[in-house]
Amino acid sequence: MPAAPEPGGGAALEAASRERRWWGRVTGRLDRAGQAFAAQIRERLPLGRGLDDEFYDALTDVLIASDCGVAVAEGLVEGLRVRARAKGLRQAADAVAALQAEMAQSLVTRPRELRLVGAPAVCLVVGVNGVGKTTTVGKLAHRLVQDGRRPLIAAADTYRAAATEQLRVWAQRAGVEMVAHRPGADPGAVLFDAITAARARDRDVVLVDTAGRLHTRQNLMAELGKLVRVAARQVEGGPQEVLLVLDATTGGNALSQARTFQEVAAVTGLVLTKLDGSARGGGLLQIEAALDLPVKLVGVGEALDDLGAFDPQAFLEALFRGVGEPAAT
Amino acid sequence: MFDSLTDRLTAAFRRFTAKGALTEADVDAGLREVRLALLEADVQYKVARDFIARIRSRAVGVEVLQSLTPGQQVIKLVHDELVQLLGGETTRLTYQPRPPTVILLLGLQGAGKTTTTVKLALLARREGHRPLCVAADLQRPAAVEQLRVLATAQEVPLVGPSPDTRTPAAVAARGVREAERLGCDVVLVDSAGRLHLDEPLLEELRAVRAAVPVGTAVLVVDAMTGQEAVNVATAFRDQVGVDGVILTKLDSDARGGAALSMRAAAGLPILLCGVGERPQDLEPFHPDRMARRILGMGDVVTLVERAQAQVDREGAAQMEERMMAGRLTLDDFIAQLRQLRQLGSLESVLDMVPGGRALLRGGGAAVPDEGQLRHMEAMVLAMTPAERRRPEIIDASRRRRIAAGSGTTPPEVSRLVKGFAQMQGMMRSLGGARGRRQLAGMLRGGGLLPGWDRPGR
Ligand SMILES: Nc1nc2c(ncn2[C@@H]2O[C@H](COP(=O)(O)OP(=O)(O)OP(=O)(O)O)[C@@H](O)[C@H]2O)c(=O)[nH]1
Ligand SMILES: [Mg+2]
Repeated sequence: MPAAPEPGGGAALEAASRERRWWGRVTGRLDRAGQAFAAQIRERLPLGRGLDDEFYDALTDVLIASDCGVAVAEGLVEGLRVRARAKGLRQAADAVAALQAEMAQSLVTRPRELRLVGAPAVCLVVGVNGVGKTTTVGKLAHRLVQDGRRPLIAAADTYRAAATEQLRVWAQRAGVEMVAHRPGADPGAVLFDAITAARARDRDVVLVDTAGRLHTRQNLMAELGKLVRVAARQVEGGPQEVLLVLDATTGGNALSQARTFQEVAAVTGLVLTKLDGSARGGGLLQIEAALDLPVKLVGVGEALDDLGAFDPQAFLEALFRGVGEPAAT
Repeated sequence: MFDSLTDRLTAAFRRFTAKGALTEADVDAGLREVRLALLEADVQYKVARDFIARIRSRAVGVEVLQSLTPGQQVIKLVHDELVQLLGGETTRLTYQPRPPTVILLLGLQGAGKTTTTVKLALLARREGHRPLCVAADLQRPAAVEQLRVLATAQEVPLVGPSPDTRTPAAVAARGVREAERLGCDVVLVDSAGRLHLDEPLLEELRAVRAAVPVGTAVLVVDAMTGQEAVNVATAFRDQVGVDGVILTKLDSDARGGAALSMRAAAGLPILLCGVGERPQDLEPFHPDRMARRILGMGDVVTLVERAQAQVDREGAAQMEERMMAGRLTLDDFIAQLRQLRQLGSLESVLDMVPGGRALLRGGGAAVPDEGQLRHMEAMVLAMTPAERRRPEIIDASRRRRIAAGSGTTPPEVSRLVKGFAQMQGMMRSLGGARGRRQLAGMLRGGGLLPGWDRPGR
């Protein structure tokens, strides 16, 4: 068990180096995405050539193939044209390097830390069906324990069959207590009890797993709104975090999901899951740009510590690694 | 974002008359819009590119019939080609002549395999079979329990892991033996979600195939999947073997370009669609409707069918009549909204109505919720009959009166009126008497445009 966080730089430094180690470990998995991106660039954009309309069109396609969406892809390429002209770039390879800078700029430094200060802090984990909410709650509980926090898990998905059993396994893995009711119970009541229990047992974070709901389902979205209000009533400044979980394999619909959830539940940050499986993730550029929401965490697998803080720099490096290298088979 | 490809193409072709032949430049201008529509619907960029190339060669030089605008003509081409690519006619799930029929469900994590397993069991039973479910997802915590709860609720027998069956292959084999013992002729095997890149887990699926005679391997694919869809489909197809696809979560507002990737790039037929979380929420796949959805052209046929299945038939007939009448009044509008709400999410329903999106946007909010709907209704009730018939007469003073009478504000009133006018415009742009005939044809299950349902070209 790690010691409680000490005030001052020690804990922060340790956390930072843990984060770096984590990225070092998972970067291999992101490499699949990187390889796919690099392969795309190599296949479609012979780097020896010059910069013409054909180059820019092909580059737009590559970005669209990464799920950036048409608008963001065209925006990035337009920005690149301007940059290339201003800097007098002639070679495709230089333009691709400039693209990385262009993308880094679009991932402008947004605050990406979790803000979990409250008595207790309430963190709702929301999203459409099957994106990885329950798994994220389990992994996040583990992360917080490692940071010396004292989380409690609330099983507010009372709808899906065996959702509570699934979450219980994760709570045990993370060594964290869980508050649950019977199937079909009111999720608001679960949250209320969890907050009460957290106070009684001196827990400082309540992690709330919620039922998967399509953003197009009006009544379920209304129920989520209610959950937010319970958190607001019970805890000052609550809910401290509303994390929207998005599946990196999702295409343009992710934007629609984010927009609706933001409206109903005042989302504070995004969790991008299944980045280990997707050659994409371009969607995050689109959503960050359109909705001004930061990706705070990324999921890269199904094990307890396969969740990390999102580091745009490391992510882009993984994406562009190998772009300039000769094609592997 | 856009509402209707039809509108965009109409704009792109506005420059020239409805006479003569389309030139290459005309066609390219129009096809740019089609390409964007496909990409925005998550059609894989290569699939979109090949598709456009095929259309282009067909569209150049096409005689523009006098009865059609060029925009409609190109859309007709695009639509026909898309329906063709999506599978021509409806493909069905088949059962083995000699039992048992073993159906294996596989796919990425979170695609909806477990729910779909039970949906298929219900479908098999409806079609006169005796299903049995096998819980072979030994990976995800409580996955077995989830299937057990769902299957038990439907009184479908279930076989899960036991102390001496600890691998998916062994569980599946025991499931087939149990099916024989219990007299079940359809065995549905749920498997763990896995990445198409995960070689050891793909090997596990091959072991299942080796252990039991899989009649149909079904790839379960989330309709919201993006550009990765083609890789997913081809990897599972090549590494494990796949016979068909079930597309899930189509009750979302996903445009479903992944469907095209499945069919056109991976050559897999789409068997069925999941349209909700309940076990009965499984529908046949209709290429023509999917084509319209991908193109963002609305799917009034499905809408009417759902209406017929879930509301009363009379209500559906009335709705059809109102739409065909070509001129909705505000009264109709509210009545329709009320009725539509019973069909599922309002937004997904409005997506199926041409111009439905514009209505939502004009209404200000993304989706009117129950409260807003009540407000809208209150505003309509506070209007005079003349105002309801001809909302364009509502001026500032009438707005103030309506707002006061309904407990709302003048801006809310004008938002309602504006949204309504937009929708009406959409309806009208379908074009006078001809448009109404088209709509009538569409409602009867034909194409959206004249001649669409005629075989051949
Ligand atoms: N490869 C991979 N799989 C993941 C990741 N996160 C979650 N999963 C898997 O995705 C599947 C669905 O995850 P859940 O956590 O059950 O998703 P959920 O959003 O809670 O699902 P519902 O409650 O049913 O809506 C499970 O099989 C998880 O193991 C990830 O980062 N990578
Ligand atoms: Mg869950």
